[in-house]
Amino acid sequence: MMMSPTEKVNPMLQLPHAQFSQSGPEPPTGREAAPNPAPKDAAGAASPEPAKADAVDDRIVRVRDLHLYYGTSQALSAVTMDFQRHQVSALIGPSGCGKSTLLRCLNRMNDLIDDVRTTGAILLDGQDITDPALDVIELRRRVGMVFQRATPFPKSIYENVAYGLRIAGVSRRAALDEAVEKSLHRAALWDEVKDRLRESALGLSGGQHQRLCIARAIAVNPEIILMDEPCSALDPRSTTRIEDLIAELRGEYTIIIVTHNMQQAARVSDFTAFLYEGALVEVGPTKQLFTKPQKKETEDYITGRFG
Amino acid sequence: MINGLGVFWPAAIVEATLDDGRTVLGQWMRTETNPDTGVESVQLKTANRDFDPQRMDFHWYPAPTIRELVLPGDVYVLERAENGDCYGFLVQLTAPTLELPEGGTPDEQLREALAEARRRRADEITPIARQLAALGAELQQTRNAILKLEYRARHGGFTGSPSRQTSGIVEEGPNSGEFGYRTGPNSGESGYAGRLAELRAEESRIRQASDRLVAQKGALEADLRKNTARFRLASGQVQAIALLDVVRAYQPNSMSWTAKVGHYLAKVWELLSEEPRESNTEGGLFPAIFGTVMLVFLMSMTCFPLGVLAGVYLGEYAREGALVRLVRIAVNNLAGIPSIVYGIFGLGFFVYGLGGVMDRWLFPERVEAGIPTYGTGGILWASLTLGILTVPVVIVATEESLRTIPRGFREGSYALGATKLQTLLRVLLPMASPGIMTGFILAMARAAGEVAPLMITGVVKLAPNLPLDGQAPFFHLDRKFMHLGFHIYDIGFQSPNVEATKPMVYVTTLLLVLIVLAMSSVAIYLRNRMKKRYQARAM
Repeated sequence: MMMSPTEKVNPMLQLPHAQFSQSGPEPPTGREAAPNPAPKDAAGAASPEPAKADAVDDRIVRVRDLHLYYGTSQALSAVTMDFQRHQVSALIGPSGCGKSTLLRCLNRMNDLIDDVRTTGAILLDGQDITDPALDVIELRRRVGMVFQRATPFPKSIYENVAYGLRIAGVSRRAALDEAVEKSLHRAALWDEVKDRLRESALGLSGGQHQRLCIARAIAVNPEIILMDEPCSALDPRSTTRIEDLIAELRGEYTIIIVTHNMQQAARVSDFTAFLYEGALVEVGPTKQLFTKPQKKETEDYITGRFG
Repeated sequence: MINGLGVFWPAAIVEATLDDGRTVLGQWMRTETNPDTGVESVQLKTANRDFDPQRMDFHWYPAPTIRELVLPGDVYVLERAENGDCYGFLVQLTAPTLELPEGGTPDEQLREALAEARRRRADEITPIARQLAALGAELQQTRNAILKLEYRARHGGFTGSPSRQTSGIVEEGPNSGEFGYRTGPNSGESGYAGRLAELRAEESRIRQASDRLVAQKGALEADLRKNTARFRLASGQVQAIALLDVVRAYQPNSMSWTAKVGHYLAKVWELLSEEPRESNTEGGLFPAIFGTVMLVFLMSMTCFPLGVLAGVYLGEYAREGALVRLVRIAVNNLAGIPSIVYGIFGLGFFVYGLGGVMDRWLFPERVEAGIPTYGTGGILWASLTLGILTVPVVIVATEESLRTIPRGFREGSYALGATKLQTLLRVLLPMASPGIMTGFILAMARAAGEVAPLMITGVVKLAPNLPLDGQAPFFHLDRKFMHLGFHIYDIGFQSPNVEATKPMVYVTTLLLVLIVLAMSSVAIYLRNRMKKRYQARAM
């Protein structure tokens, strides 16, 4: 029914790149050779910020030919794509397609699993984060993560938010107080919990738990926030609040969200990537991907014909 | 155990008149029917062991021979410092050296006299006994100093720093140090001789002082002992009993209910606070209670950190492999080894191995004199032995409760830039703490009731000193100690007078169970608080 992944992906490699790259100088990244002149209107339309001067590369993360194996089974094959700075990118695809795995590569969460092997490169501001010698702790401070299941630590609300700072060595009361308040404000949780910061975080509701986890991630001031199906365990109302929150955080943080829910991807993201069976099928500005998918598989998936 | 509750309740004393005309006084114990003859017999505790022709305080009487039973209201029960209780009727009080108020009934006078005798002993004799104990400790120190000095002289280390020379120590004859002089090769040195003479003088001064005190104490006691009360026993004979020997006197048959409660509480208090009397069959259990609790505390201090560290290592750090699996199997099997095997291991490894080495390094002079310090059983070695006996439970509990923490919590922490250690200390261990505590409670309960390994690593039936007291360095971990479990074994099965010790066995058993219960309750309370604080709802 489909071509083998390698045959299929190769021609596509050019596509996301072409759409995403601004007309800046292309750093040498091995396989990606010549910069493709992009149809500027596509990227420009999706991005609220106009393309800046090329002092800062707008592609904060560049994934290049990433292969990942769990033991002998391959979970990602030849993924090459970029993530835009200060934008929301969504990863969609059927279960087991590797979108969470890809997400977890970005802060090396897969290190925790035995028997994981990767090849290829992931460049975060030009630095390859798949390098075994990399300081993973430092990386995870720059790339925060929110999980599918909210896991507030069995501590007070205050200590949950302050956790990341404390382990980073911040112990000044005033600094912690300020960061906690700011993060809770940003996570739209402050008004609900300001009077009970010292109470256990376990007493909050499920939606509040997830916002607390977002506040916890924000507190260490990361550049990127990874969200792994953050709303899949929440009711519609809490989901709306999280989505509003994502919209608010956009522009300040780079957000990469994995979701099963295509409406959600359409609502919150600027760019969407569709993965299938460990390979990237298509990536593009969200509007375009949902209205004019370039690939038949994408169209089939978003119209619900398979998956 | 239920029997233990009733032991201190003042039981009625019956006066039985027998067919042969004899009268006996005693506490009704029980009746039994001889299965062969069908004859029912009654066991009475007749006490008065020292006056009994057979030197027994329990007798059986065939029920048909008992002609009459009465409850004499004025019969006295005297708890004595020696020879057990005495049952009898007060005849006359003779108190030549006590100042007593005039008048009152004979019963009142006896009470007054007993109180006065007790007060005199507390005022006059107890301080002397205390001084004697202090002198004893001083004497021991001086003797140690002499030993040390002689040792250094023998090994040429007197003028320099203390010698750590250890060769040839074991071959030296024992018992050279206690009293025998041994002039070393360096005895010619004036410093050595002078110092030795000083110490010898000190030793004899202390001895003389304590001899004087002993004499003084003896005289005071003899004087107080002149105060006696004469009691008529059931057999009709009249005996004088020194008031000083009477610990407590009461008339159970005419006591009011409140008086009985008071008596009961006083006895319970005595049990908890006093030292044992009469080869552990009477008096208190304080040293044994203290020893048990301290043993469990010391044991916890070894097994808890060791178990948690090992569990954390096995669960979090060790790379899964053949060796780790082997270790895990070994740990699980350790929990099933009979405790006496641990005792033998403790004796061989801790007492003879570690203790021997410590003695040779720290107290070579005492080794040479044949006096072991750590090289013999003591509370330290006993608690370490119990520690390794209980550590598998804690290891397994730690590993298990770390494993059951959902992965999300680890990832949540790592995602915030936490290191493995930070995650462990700040998130995982607090969350695992209720489970670890559960394992610890099990370990503690097992340790508190364990006797077999203690018997060969340092428990004794009667320890002269507590392992913790007011004399520097306060903790005497080398000392032997008493333990409730061993106490039960000792008085229940090693005592020549089984009937007399029975109540104490009941009481001690009850107490041991209560102490284990109390310690477990504290731990369970702590665990429940932790649970409330740290355990996330099912996620």
